[in-house]
Amino acid sequence: MGGSAVTKQMLRRASLIGPALLFIGVFMLIPIGLMAYVSFLERGEYGGVVWHAYTGEAYSNFLFERDLDGSLLLNTDYLQIFSRSLGLATVTWGLTLLLGFPTALYMALQPERLRNLLIFLVTIPFWTNLLVRNYAWILLLRNNGLIDGTLSHLGVTNEPISLLYTPFAIGVGLMYSFLPFMVLPIYASLEKVDLRLVEAAFDLGANHLKALVRVIIPLARPGIMAGSILVLIPCLGAYVTPELLGGSKSMMIGNLIQTQFGAARNWPFGAALAFVLLAMVLITMMIYTMRSKRGPEPAS
Amino acid sequence: MTGSASGYVKLPENSGAWRSIGGVILGDAAPVVEIKHLSKIFREAKEEVRALEDATLSIRQSEFFTLVGPSGCGKTTLLRLIAGFEQPTSGEILLYDQPLADLPPYRRPVNTVFQSYALFPHLTVDQNVAFGLEMQGVDAARITQRVAESLALVQLEGLGPRRPSQLSGGQQQRVALARALANRPKVLLLDEPLSALDLKLRKGMQIELKRLQLNTGITFIFVTHDQEEALTMSDRIAVMNKGRILQVGTPTDVYEKPADRFVANFIGDTNFIEAQFREDAGTAGCFHLANGMAFDAHETNDLIAGQHVVLAIRPERAALVEHGLGTLAGTLSNIVYFGTDTTYHVAVPGCGELQVRSQNRQGAGAHFHTGDAVDVQIPPDAVRVLAS
Repeated sequence: MGGSAVTKQMLRRASLIGPALLFIGVFMLIPIGLMAYVSFLERGEYGGVVWHAYTGEAYSNFLFERDLDGSLLLNTDYLQIFSRSLGLATVTWGLTLLLGFPTALYMALQPERLRNLLIFLVTIPFWTNLLVRNYAWILLLRNNGLIDGTLSHLGVTNEPISLLYTPFAIGVGLMYSFLPFMVLPIYASLEKVDLRLVEAAFDLGANHLKALVRVIIPLARPGIMAGSILVLIPCLGAYVTPELLGGSKSMMIGNLIQTQFGAARNWPFGAALAFVLLAMVLITMMIYTMRSKRGPEPAS
Repeated sequence: MTGSASGYVKLPENSGAWRSIGGVILGDAAPVVEIKHLSKIFREAKEEVRALEDATLSIRQSEFFTLVGPSGCGKTTLLRLIAGFEQPTSGEILLYDQPLADLPPYRRPVNTVFQSYALFPHLTVDQNVAFGLEMQGVDAARITQRVAESLALVQLEGLGPRRPSQLSGGQQQRVALARALANRPKVLLLDEPLSALDLKLRKGMQIELKRLQLNTGITFIFVTHDQEEALTMSDRIAVMNKGRILQVGTPTDVYEKPADRFVANFIGDTNFIEAQFREDAGTAGCFHLANGMAFDAHETNDLIAGQHVVLAIRPERAALVEHGLGTLAGTLSNIVYFGTDTTYHVAVPGCGELQVRSQNRQGAGAHFHTGDAVDVQIPPDAVRVLAS
């Protein structure tokens, strides 16, 4: 009797999570498995793959290229693209944090009615399509665009300054797109911080900076972490923004992978690149999870 | 003893204020905190809330001073003004004759025990207690020693490595106290620190707080809405209502000689009887009730014949006696048993219901029953005359 009650309860729980598990299983795990399979196949002559012809070529292509005599030579082109992506994602992350934290703190300190309005304002960029927003940046950044035009009109610059199709343009575009993903989680955790704790810090002799560093930031840590994940990971694989604002000289991982499945017709290599990216993200996440399991850092 | 305006105002390390009252440099009567015509008006939207109006107070060295009043009376506002969390609208606060106006909260040599404790959830007990010392730049070895001392003072030895969330409410309360005391403040501000504890625990903490105050010699400013707590713990009490300080005095003063009707009603239970002062010959006394009864009181100074007054009589100072033997005649309408004592409600025609309380000694009062015709005996020295 007890056994059947337990089974019943397990069934009830399974029915809660079941649909989601099924969906993820069918539409995520299977495609990822397929990608993993493809990454170990030989490339087809006109795109696609040669089924049942297994090779690790795609992965070695990431670091090496085959010389005419068949020996392997180190090729850092792809590493450069990866490190550029990592650099841009990191800079974007840093800037969104730098801009987002004070914004979130300001929002959390407002009266409740105003806070909801501010959340609404932060989400406004989501209301327009990502493509539209990126095209808007093209209009702003291009030669004789709004920024360049205004500067030369005011006599600040004599000749057109090239802003578009630079890593700078990608950084600006990414930051613009991902800022709300940093602001909102930080706000969510700051909003829960008991302001009396800040008063307690003042009371115990902490000035504003010390109260910020010793009390507010540690308590906002979950939000900062969530925001960082939400910004860093999608930035690493960003495609649309570097495609539109970056030009050919500042390709990022996302564009490289797209090229392999498109123009380059090298599916196994594209799949392998996607897995290298996935591995990078997973390793970072695992390090983070292991660190946060150890609990918050000691204070001193 | 007073520090510079720019830096922390620190107690000299060996001033002795920590150890005993005897070692305190300043005399007992010297004011530590002086509050002069302090007002605080909060402006919210178009509304103007007068939280504190023209408060003037002088709090002495090593005193257990209590601000008591109903919620919204301004007691917490006054405390927050002293701590520096609010800026006064007018008036000033002096600490050892030094104006506090320009000092932000983190430069004031006072510490607060918050109602919600406000312990840092991300820090251990040790780190919580060490926080203030670290902010002052005390060196690490000394911090360790002072943290241990402070935790010992509140009997929490060994709990240092725990987090606040792993402690009971009573233990959290003690950590909050230890954290505030570790800084050796000149004045400790306590904002209803016991209100979240259950009755038994609260009684225990009351005794402990008093002990701590005596042992450390630190001036305590204690805020509570509990009049009993105020009476049992304080050296002096300020009774507040609607942003005003109504009376300042020792517990005995405030209880025995309430300044007005509010104080008499708020501190303890009181019977109020409206009467007229007349010195007619041949009557039982000089205070005449509307129902024709009259009785005497000792306190008749400064009264003009014909003046209407309110008489305040504590229930335990009146006595229930057989019909015909007392001052006021009535009917026993209700008997409420409290364990240590019993309260009798006596309906006196034309005067309302009076309460008489008597201790439950063996056999006392047992012969009265609801509905009996009884008299209330009011001794002349039990009557406090208040302006009408």
